[in-house]
Amino acid sequence: MPDSFPQDSVGLVQPRTLHVDQPLELECGRSLPAYDLVYETYGSLNADASNAVLICHALSGHHHAAGYHSQDDKRPGWWESCIGPGKPIDTDRFFVVCPNNLGGCHGSSGPTSLNPDTGQPWGPDFPMMTVKDWVKSQTRLADALGIERWAAVVGGSLGGMQALQWSIDFPERLRHAVVIAGAPKLSAQNIAFNEVARQSILTDPNFHGGRYYLHDTYPRQGLILARMVGHITYLSDDAMRMKFGRDLRSGRFHFGFDVEFQVESYLRHQGEIFSRNFDANTYLLMTKALDYFDPAREHGDSLENALARTRCNFLVMSFNSDWRFAPERSREIVDALVQVGRSVSYSEIDTPKGHDAFLLPIDEYCQLFGAYMGRVADEVSAHA
Amino acid sequence: MRDDLRQISVWIPEGATVLDLGCGDGALLAHLQRDKNVIGYGLEIDQDNLVACFENGVNVIEQDLDKGLGTFQSERFDYVVMTQALQAVLRPDRILDEMLRVGREAIITFPNFGHWRVRSYLGFKGRMPVSSALPYEWYDTPNIHLCTVRDFEAHCRESGIRIIERQVVNRHHRSGALTRLMPNLFGEIAIYRVTR
Repeated sequence: MPDSFPQDSVGLVQPRTLHVDQPLELECGRSLPAYDLVYETYGSLNADASNAVLICHALSGHHHAAGYHSQDDKRPGWWESCIGPGKPIDTDRFFVVCPNNLGGCHGSSGPTSLNPDTGQPWGPDFPMMTVKDWVKSQTRLADALGIERWAAVVGGSLGGMQALQWSIDFPERLRHAVVIAGAPKLSAQNIAFNEVARQSILTDPNFHGGRYYLHDTYPRQGLILARMVGHITYLSDDAMRMKFGRDLRSGRFHFGFDVEFQVESYLRHQGEIFSRNFDANTYLLMTKALDYFDPAREHGDSLENALARTRCNFLVMSFNSDWRFAPERSREIVDALVQVGRSVSYSEIDTPKGHDAFLLPIDEYCQLFGAYMGRVADEVSAHA
Repeated sequence: MRDDLRQISVWIPEGATVLDLGCGDGALLAHLQRDKNVIGYGLEIDQDNLVACFENGVNVIEQDLDKGLGTFQSERFDYVVMTQALQAVLRPDRILDEMLRVGREAIITFPNFGHWRVRSYLGFKGRMPVSSALPYEWYDTPNIHLCTVRDFEAHCRESGIRIIERQVVNRHHRSGALTRLMPNLFGEIAIYRVTR
């Protein structure tokens, strides 16, 4: 589509792959003998490697956070609103790194890649991943890129949880953690929604115990349902009311079960697109990683104890209409950080956009995010 | 830096923990962090002030003072500061209690409604006072609970709040013989250090 890319875009980008031969010991007790991490970078690393920012992606995200893969790429990366020249994560000042998490389906080792032992896709045999495992694998990427210490580790939702885990597990390896629309752990309700999503995949007749690759099919219907239920939790009641209301596609009732309301049409469409682009085993694995996330657990169930290990500064942001990870969940993180005397700033953005707001170019949000990151950039350049 | 903030920073010792309610652009905290190694947090709700705090490298938490300080644990801070905001909260008495719950000491500044110019404005003109310390009209003022030096001290007495120090100054933030002798008449800005 675009002959030239927008001025404030990083433009044409290319993914790269890091192959790691050093085994990765996982929380589940298993180990990955070797693995690939696909990642993208934007901007340039300064002489003392102090201006690197790690972007951690959310549930259905990947390494393509900004820019375009080709001249006729219709859509930019998933966080185009926040990454680019002059944007909150300013690529004129930062070297930005975004990997695809292990277990993903966009190029890093995961259920769709080949298990070296069998020559077949890993499928359901790919080891269960946790946020802690991801963070550990990301340290290998940092090592390979010569980054001793990130200027900031940044993420929204599940990405924010990775940023939080980084601050706890590798306190000396980051200056700032930016946790957006996150939570210190999932609530029973959060897990319940994930379980509905998983059950819709697991009970799809085309799932074949996760070995659908061998049957040349995939659990399309299950993925659609999983995404539909997930998507509802990403939007707010108000956002749905504003976007769809009770609008009918044809203007009248048909007294049947075909699509009638616009919201039905939208959800089915979103589910449909998602099912074509996302792997079911990855979806199962990522939702479990969310459910397992609970950094307080290994610190006597005390978030304060967990965060007492941290050394970095924190920015925590939430959105007032987000009911998936509501502002109160972010406040749990903030309050624990204050209690242990860590540097933390917090903003609750006023928007009707719900959980998905962290991906959107909302003025108030981008202004604050940019102001904070600008300060981070000043710090590392003063330090250089 | 504003003179009342300078006075406050004199009172706060090296390495203290400070919570600043309605911290504005974070000038006080930035100064305390830099010069006194203070660990401080500001509370704000104004977007421009939040941005300014971010830019100044001051910890700031978006929180509405009218919803209380319930998220902070008791005696978490050495000092809880509130400058020029007591008169603008819904319940000054409750916020004072909260300040002295989460902090060992509280430092408060407010415009003295008992100043002679305020009195004469109302007394002679018969209109709601407008001055440099009170620059608003009656209909748009955020100052909904104005009080005098005498009011504040009476409240402290009745609530078991002990006044450790008081500075009452004129509009140039200076104290002189008159402000010391008759603070409720000649003081424009009152600065108190209190505890339970």
